[in-house]
Amino acid sequence: MSVVQLENVSRWYGNVVAVNDISMTLQPGVTGLLGPNGAGKTTVLHMMAGFLAPSKGTVTIDNAPTWRNPGIYRSLGLVAEREAVHGFLTAKEFVLACAKMQKLPDPAAATKRALELVEMTSAQDRRIDTFSKGMRQRTRVAASLVHEPQVLLLDEPFNGMDPRQRVHMMELLHRLGDEGHTILFSSHILEEVEQLSGLVQVIVAGRLAASGDYRRIRRLMTNRPHVFAVQSSDDRRLAVALIGEKSVSGIEVEADGLTVRASDYGSFTRVLPRIALGEGIRLRKLLPSDESLESVFSYLLEA
Amino acid sequence: MSTVAYITARGLFGRRRVLLLLPLPLLLIGLAAICKAYDVSPDQWGQPVVVGLGLAVVLPVISLIVGTGVLGSEVDDGTIVHILTKPLARRDIILAKLLVAAGVSAVTAAVPLFIVGALANSVRFGLALVVGAVAGAIAYSALFLLLSLVSRRPVLLGLAYILVWEGLLGRFVSGTRVLSIEQYVITIADKIAPTGMLDGKVSVPVAVVMSVLFALGGTIYAINRLGSFSVAGETS
Repeated sequence: MSVVQLENVSRWYGNVVAVNDISMTLQPGVTGLLGPNGAGKTTVLHMMAGFLAPSKGTVTIDNAPTWRNPGIYRSLGLVAEREAVHGFLTAKEFVLACAKMQKLPDPAAATKRALELVEMTSAQDRRIDTFSKGMRQRTRVAASLVHEPQVLLLDEPFNGMDPRQRVHMMELLHRLGDEGHTILFSSHILEEVEQLSGLVQVIVAGRLAASGDYRRIRRLMTNRPHVFAVQSSDDRRLAVALIGEKSVSGIEVEADGLTVRASDYGSFTRVLPRIALGEGIRLRKLLPSDESLESVFSYLLEA
Repeated sequence: MSTVAYITARGLFGRRRVLLLLPLPLLLIGLAAICKAYDVSPDQWGQPVVVGLGLAVVLPVISLIVGTGVLGSEVDDGTIVHILTKPLARRDIILAKLLVAAGVSAVTAAVPLFIVGALANSVRFGLALVVGAVAGAIAYSALFLLLSLVSRRPVLLGLAYILVWEGLLGRFVSGTRVLSIEQYVITIADKIAPTGMLDGKVSVPVAVVMSVLFALGGTIYAINRLGSFSVAGETS
């Protein structure tokens, strides 16, 4: 059981503050690090992994500083966002090399186990060069897990994975978390964390915006007003019918359709087709228009 | 540590870049062979081929290609992270890389230099060039290894050192020779087999002490730099 601790950590590059006074404690289990692109997630992960010195504050794993301390890698695994691998090696050679560099007593057995864990055994003798993005990712995960680290940090691990691989990776992380490992993964896509029931740390613009149970944060998210762009065969008549709905808080009629503000995502999307059907209006387009991550996260920041 | 050396060597020979190591030694041997075949007096071709091409170009450029290849290319593409996230002393990583770099450079440069030296003068001269080349390869490798940690453009910096510092300034400004590895190599080889072909501009003690300083200083500084290796957050 290992604990990763950030205490009043800031990191700046020249005049740019990338991480601003963040304190957090990661306990065993799976934690998601959420935030839009450029929020400072990677900076936080790199400081945890000992690849960046905090400008201020301390980053420790089990009270040992991570900066300039290669000893921490005995209990730490990192899957960086950058996909670089030694492509001239086969998956097996690569993981085995990592096992040997970890000075494990039985590198071959550890390699076999790690490759089985990520289901890469069938492709283990192919050069990594020839792998798809998802396979590469799994190989890197195997390499980071080969020494069974107490702490595993993953930077955007789901990028480039197909849905099946995502589910599989989720299960793997959950299993490790349940076994008492401390797992942190970063993501800029909220829905990726859907299956997560664990804890979430949200970073926006270098600050810790929210921290806690995913469901609470999810509720904040779903209760925010949603904006939809709607086009139909008769926009004005549709607008008249919609404004009587409780879930609709505002409508603008524009040249190319309606902009509808709904206070409740779920009931609006249920009620819209019913109204259209009842009025005999044909819907041509329904588009949620403020789903950009920035707006989602900044809403969270205000909440 | 042996695993680091193994991956480094695989990486070096697995990239197409390794082919760059072939033309220069071949050119060196080819030139000497042609001169020998046409019975040109070694007095005429010895110095330009051995010093002008061999010691001023082949040895440093090969050391540059190899020295920046063992670490610089891994820093470039980010694969260095896989080696750094291991509980290895940074000293062991640098020493393994240096071992591969110096070894490969020394062999690649010393073999053609030996052949050329033997053709131009004697086997003894050839062996003297081998000793000089090995010393030079170690000092150059330490320097270029360090450059790949202090700069994102190690090849450019290394070329500037070889061409401008050693090549250009070394010819006109005598003071720069004290910091020129090429001059140490010339002096060391000349001391072992005096032929008149080599014209060492620095004294033997300076050459030996400075070679060691370059090798040790570069290595120690590189170890320290690797210890604080930072990966900047990627904004792309």
